[in-house]
Amino acid sequence: MALVYHQHEVVIVGAGGAGLMAALALRGRDVAVLSKLHPVRSHTGAAQGGIGAALGNMEEDHWEWHMFDTVKGSDYLADQDAVEILAREAVETVMDLEHWGLPFSRTPEGKIAQRKFGGHTKEYGKEAVRRSCYAADRTGHMILQTCYQQGIRHQVKYYNEYMVVELLVESGRTAGVVAVSIADGQLHVFHAKAVLFATGGFGRMYEVTSNAHALTGDGVAVAWQAGVPIEDMEFFQFHPTGIYRLGILITEGARGEGGKLLNGKGERFMERYAPSMLDLAPRDIISRCIYRELREGRGIHGQGYVHLDLTHLGAKVIHEKLPDITDFVRTYLGIDPVKEPIPVQPTAHYAMGGIPTDMWGRVVVDEKNKILPGFYAAGECACVSVHGANRLGTNSLVDILVFGRRAGRDIARYVGENEYPPLAPHAGEATGERLARLREGRNGSGGRAESVADLRETLQREMMEKASVFRTSGLLAQMSEKLFELRQRFQNVVIQDRSTVFNTDLMEALELGFLLDVAEATVAAALARSESRGAHFREDFPQRDDQNWLKHSLAYRGADGKIEFKYKPVTITRFEPKERKY
Amino acid sequence: MHIRLRVKRFEAGKDREPYWSEYGLEVEATDRVLDALHRVKWHQDGTLTFRRSCAHGVCGSDAMLINGRNRLACKVLIRDVGDHIAVEPLRGYPVIRDLVVDQSAFFRKYESVQPYLVADGEPPARERRQSPAERERFDDTTKCILCMACTTSCPVFWPNPEYVGPAAIVNAHRFLFDSRDTEKEGRLARLNAGDGVWRCRTIFNCVEACPREINITRAIGEVKKALLLQKG
Repeated sequence: MALVYHQHEVVIVGAGGAGLMAALALRGRDVAVLSKLHPVRSHTGAAQGGIGAALGNMEEDHWEWHMFDTVKGSDYLADQDAVEILAREAVETVMDLEHWGLPFSRTPEGKIAQRKFGGHTKEYGKEAVRRSCYAADRTGHMILQTCYQQGIRHQVKYYNEYMVVELLVESGRTAGVVAVSIADGQLHVFHAKAVLFATGGFGRMYEVTSNAHALTGDGVAVAWQAGVPIEDMEFFQFHPTGIYRLGILITEGARGEGGKLLNGKGERFMERYAPSMLDLAPRDIISRCIYRELREGRGIHGQGYVHLDLTHLGAKVIHEKLPDITDFVRTYLGIDPVKEPIPVQPTAHYAMGGIPTDMWGRVVVDEKNKILPGFYAAGECACVSVHGANRLGTNSLVDILVFGRRAGRDIARYVGENEYPPLAPHAGEATGERLARLREGRNGSGGRAESVADLRETLQREMMEKASVFRTSGLLAQMSEKLFELRQRFQNVVIQDRSTVFNTDLMEALELGFLLDVAEATVAAALARSESRGAHFREDFPQRDDQNWLKHSLAYRGADGKIEFKYKPVTITRFEPKERKY
Repeated sequence: MHIRLRVKRFEAGKDREPYWSEYGLEVEATDRVLDALHRVKWHQDGTLTFRRSCAHGVCGSDAMLINGRNRLACKVLIRDVGDHIAVEPLRGYPVIRDLVVDQSAFFRKYESVQPYLVADGEPPARERRQSPAERERFDDTTKCILCMACTTSCPVFWPNPEYVGPAAIVNAHRFLFDSRDTEKEGRLARLNAGDGVWRCRTIFNCVEACPREINITRAIGEVKKALLLQKG
């Protein structure tokens, strides 16, 4: 099949909050937004509880306090110059969203309403503060809709259901991407001056996750395959309250409104672990506490879950402020949260790591922050790093909007100053051949034919057991061997669907390849980091070790397939690392 | 439990007519229909084709006809539909393959109602004020996830594909009743056109189909009323 060529000054991959924000910042320019979904299906729409910004609408608040909380929440691994930008620009970004029509919930005097959220405090840790700006419990849905609507208004050009499979780099400059049009299987080469990846996370490498099926780490893996390192992959956040077994998210806003976590003995167990912040301690801490309770036999009826109790909040608060999660709990568990507590367990939620960038979304490729010209990343697939070892609730929405927009602004500058880089004459052809082999069942080296679903299920189950909340060198080493085996078996994957029309069988095979990449990086980085920090907890090294590990990891895929690491220092400006207590 | 899952199949450019495939499989009563579709796709028939993403009813990818009703496959449990399940693509738009339909005409209708806030003048430094009561006025229609379940359940839409349809009206309502919006006239004029809101015969299929429980017929009624008041 012949390739189809396109030329756009800018190609944005991913149409969630980060991609759309960048597209809006670039309005008037020649921009193409590619998404493997329709934009309104993006996972930004699943965010519930709110976006953090020190508006001070309910009580005194300052961006410096937000900055401090984010740094402390990150277990001091976040780069503080970047966190300062996050906390400062959060305020104007929320105002912009309001001006674009975002239907925030309101205070009696008509201001944007705010509520408490995990780890957000006043006066540098004194007590919980109301900082999360919300639209009931569908804030992400409203952000996605609002940004998409503004995109319609400003005539953003979309290529919907295009799956990006290769990043083109020519003599040290970004030259475009290769993508498959899912509807007809056609391979397209997009020649561009600048490419932004805003492809989201990869929670689907775990069995129990809040993440959509689409979140398979495509952008991170594609960048890694192009030789870009990936940063801080050992830090993956488990959200404390996923619906038992299903992993569907129950917003931290439920605890922000006063919800409590209870164990099998009916105890509010967070009193023992975080006496000051209780159920609003950061997510890494609460997820570990839940697992401790479960291990020590204090699950509900000895099972693998605890209760999130909202029954004391009353029907009015639950129906007005938490309507969507009420609907989820009713639909999937047949439980009315007004009357009964909700069975919850930690669920794989958010990748702190990803494609390393500077504060303008420019991708950097070494420990000295050398830029790869024309390549940008923003949102969950990127690592600025504003979340360090553990992200605070509400900060992902701030991150996608603030850094999506900054990337867009810098891309506008970049494409104004630069010509199109040359495109190699056979760009995309090798990828086309690889995809055709896979689609036509000509894959493999003659071994036993493997199924995508079997390999993926094994990956997800094993990652959950060996590389999730509690980690040891023994378990991680076993996982590393398992990944080696899965990688070998992946070479022999044979799919059933031979069609070129909307071939989701082929998509899933490609996505499994991406998941294997990000899982390998995660496990290797976790094995290397012999300390505990934020979401990365090593039972064999339970303390934080600033002496040796106050640094970011950069994972490189060597030519022989082995993973090698470099490390870069953390930027510390205002807040010296301290012990982290809540 | 054992279920029998029948799926209406079709591939554009290959099949002349749609046909049914039937699968037998074991599921839990509390599984979603989407779980059953996945189990078939992953372990029996990799060619079975459908869209899905979030799997908990917020992204709007997997609306389909399930036992004759438009539902999200991820939001309906096996126990609610029984052990004989028939799944078909949404009606009224061209089928690309199996349960995947071409959405482009649907989104063109959505775009035609100017689904974005238009507010005169420079915005203030802080938020525009809006009281909780003003915010409540359009709360219901902010829930729409554009899953297409309502429009493709509408008997007026089926023979009249030019009808703007309930989903677009819901999204017009969301802005028409937003106290901050100043572009009422253009939107109302668009909905007053021949293919606009007057085509609605208050059949209520859309209300039953909506997985977000939006009272769509009421929203349409409010738009009609706004048009009448404007004329008067």
